Amino acid sequence: MTKSFPGVMANDHVDLEIHSGEVHALLGENGAGKSTLMKILYGFYRADSGEIRLNGRPVQIRSPHDAKRFRIGMVFQDFTLIPAMSVTENIALFLPNLPVVLNKRGMIRRIEEISKRYDLQVDPSASVWRLSVGEKQKVEVLKLLLADAQILILDEPTRSLAPHEVEGLFRVFTHLRRDGYGVVFITHKLKEVLACADRITVMRRGQVTGTLNVSEATEDRLVSLMFGKGISESTRRLGESRQENLPPLLELKQVSTPAEGQATGLKEINLTVLPGEIVGVAGVSGNGQKEVGDVVLGLERCDSGVKYLWGQNATHWSVARIRSSGVAFIPEDPLGMAAVAGLTVEENMALSNIRRYARQGGLSMDWKLVRDDIERSLTLLGFEIPSLNKPVGALSGGNLQRVILAQEMARNPKLILAFYPTRGLDVQSAIAARELFRRSRNTGAGVLLISEDLEELFALSDRLVVLFHGRIAGTGTPHDLTINEVGYLMTGSKGEYGSNR
Amino acid sequence: MGLTAEQANKASRFRRRWWASSIRFFGLLGFAFIVFAVLLLAFGKNPIKAYADIFSSTLGSTYGFSEILVKMIPLTLTAIAVAVPSRIWLINVGGEGQLYIGALFATWGALTLNSLPPWILLPLISVFGFLGGGLWASISGILRAKGWVSETISTLLLNYVAILLVNFFVFGPWKDPESANYPQTAEFVDAATLPAIGGTRVHMGFIFVLAALTLFYFVLSRTRWGLEMRAIGGNPEAARRSGIPISGYITLLMFIGGGLAGLAGMIEVSAIQGRLRPSLSPGYGFIGFLISWMAGGNPLGIVAAAFLLAVVTAGGDILQMAHGLPGSAVNILNALILFVVLSRQGGKVGVK
Repeated sequence: MTKSFPGVMANDHVDLEIHSGEVHALLGENGAGKSTLMKILYGFYRADSGEIRLNGRPVQIRSPHDAKRFRIGMVFQDFTLIPAMSVTENIALFLPNLPVVLNKRGMIRRIEEISKRYDLQVDPSASVWRLSVGEKQKVEVLKLLLADAQILILDEPTRSLAPHEVEGLFRVFTHLRRDGYGVVFITHKLKEVLACADRITVMRRGQVTGTLNVSEATEDRLVSLMFGKGISESTRRLGESRQENLPPLLELKQVSTPAEGQATGLKEINLTVLPGEIVGVAGVSGNGQKEVGDVVLGLERCDSGVKYLWGQNATHWSVARIRSSGVAFIPEDPLGMAAVAGLTVEENMALSNIRRYARQGGLSMDWKLVRDDIERSLTLLGFEIPSLNKPVGALSGGNLQRVILAQEMARNPKLILAFYPTRGLDVQSAIAARELFRRSRNTGAGVLLISEDLEELFALSDRLVVLFHGRIAGTGTPHDLTINEVGYLMTGSKGEYGSNR
Repeated sequence: MGLTAEQANKASRFRRRWWASSIRFFGLLGFAFIVFAVLLLAFGKNPIKAYADIFSSTLGSTYGFSEILVKMIPLTLTAIAVAVPSRIWLINVGGEGQLYIGALFATWGALTLNSLPPWILLPLISVFGFLGGGLWASISGILRAKGWVSETISTLLLNYVAILLVNFFVFGPWKDPESANYPQTAEFVDAATLPAIGGTRVHMGFIFVLAALTLFYFVLSRTRWGLEMRAIGGNPEAARRSGIPISGYITLLMFIGGGLAGLAGMIEVSAIQGRLRPSLSPGYGFIGFLISWMAGGNPLGIVAAAFLLAVVTAGGDILQMAHGLPGSAVNILNALILFVVLSRQGGKVGVK
């Protein structure tokens, strides 16, 4: 199987076999070609050469519709459900040969039957917008099962799941394997692969570097297949650099925000970030982390409570004022939140600190200074310099995140607000990002790190704050909390947490 | 004086876009004209003769050509009035109403301050025209910035309010007692009349057009504000997070857009009509919308599309006079052009 895009060989003579009754993990860095391969299988792209055989017979898959006919189903990273409709209606919409008059009761019965069999319980009459991410994923899987898919492809299914939801998903995999389904799941997390896969195919730069049975696989072997050489991140914690005698960089006092629509309102949040410390915020997405970030950035008004930045009351500062006073913002999804895809690297850089680059009050821009700044910042961080007059939308995910990091660090921020900064990043970029946070912390900056990756939080944070339903459910240092305890706090099961101890 | 690397780069990007948009533009156009030809055939008219007549009467004589230029002046302005807010995806369908209110404000100035010398009065009523249209559009801008009403709906509905408002003044308090029962104001004094050039009806209003086009291009491509506007247009979420005041831009760009349409209104009363009448505009505001969408916001494209639609509008009169078709027949052609343009735009979004 070969597929190339302009300038990139996304899949270079890739061979992949999927058996029925197996869970097959497709492992690789971002941009290794995993998603491309699966999209070929699902009919989104056409391969330049190569063929797909199903039960030994070559088949042509020209569109997702064909794929559906061949009983191949795919769960995308961004779900394709319609929020306003119920679970049953969403599933019905997806089924082939939908009768003109729906037999709703029959549908519900079938959904319940299948969901019981595979541990996929959801309320069939619930509206989808009320469901959590984990539940939506269950609906997606149910949809495929009811449509008689035999091969299920899941694109990074664990990305936004809480630890116990991940376990639930793996249980589902076990049931599916038992019944002879073929499951392919794409990921770049080693632990998950080892926990649930039967076979593992590793891809690097568009090529398959190896396929292993899970019994022969070890973390080290997989890492060396993924990167060509073994790399390990220093998890060594650095010494104390927190400066308690200095005034806090950021202080939220009893901050509450209104709960509107699907947004979670914050309830009496108290949070401080001191110079030279990393404060980690844990929580399952949708429990108020986004709102904490928005409040700090000044995007969201506080209903009540006070926000101090650098010791001054900043409750009513504008976003521009907060940003230019020394707050950097590193988002989870740069193309969604921080960068304008159609503008070039330079232009985005200029936007990040427009006052510095505007000349004659805004009549023209100092592009040379922009270029010098971004180049200096990239070099300082040890990143390669991509072509600066290309639209950022054309950069790969890792490159884009590196550019955003460089752009934000160029301003020597005193406080770094990082939202899931390593989500979707390949391992090497993630290490670079984490290294950067450590370095900033050691030079006296504060970092507010919002993440769902508990290992990352534990490895980086000086203090941890757990959010649940807009409240602070618990705080502590990584020394006096365990990952499991935090997991329970994140999911609101305090009782369990107590009894487990 | 050499261009710096990035200026050259910008210029070449701009050129490429210019070529792409002109190819698109003429392709679409040909299609619309063919469909309209089929319609003419269905009416029993000879489309080739009709098109030839339109062509010769507009481009075949100096007079005809000068009339095209006269029409292009308000059309270009109302097109920029749409193009400016459309940089951040605001859809201003209210050019017509803004034009009327601009004319209303300018007329007030011309009637009450008529003793001032022209070099004060003309700039002053231009400012009034701009303010009138701008403030009118700001109503929609503020409603949108607050997140209350879509600017598409409010600008569209305010068109009717604006036209009725002008009717109220010309039928009521401002009616010229000397012109029998015609609903119109008194004629403007000479000091409030934009001078014409040579023996034609082409007037000094084209200076406003040149200025508006140049500023539009310069601000967008060179300045801080242009960059910020492109950021909002490209990714409002990112723009918000980097501290760009989006609601400020919404109100401001609606104001500027409306102001330009208002200026077109001032030009029409001052240079062409000489007084305020209810039949001030044959739909310049709406045609301007069409032009802006055809041009995709490109300044040269706007000039080209304005030229074309000026020919089409003038052609409508010819079809009526020489071929016995109803005057509104040409609106079918306008609508066809609109459909082709819109379907093309939609296709582009879909592919992305």
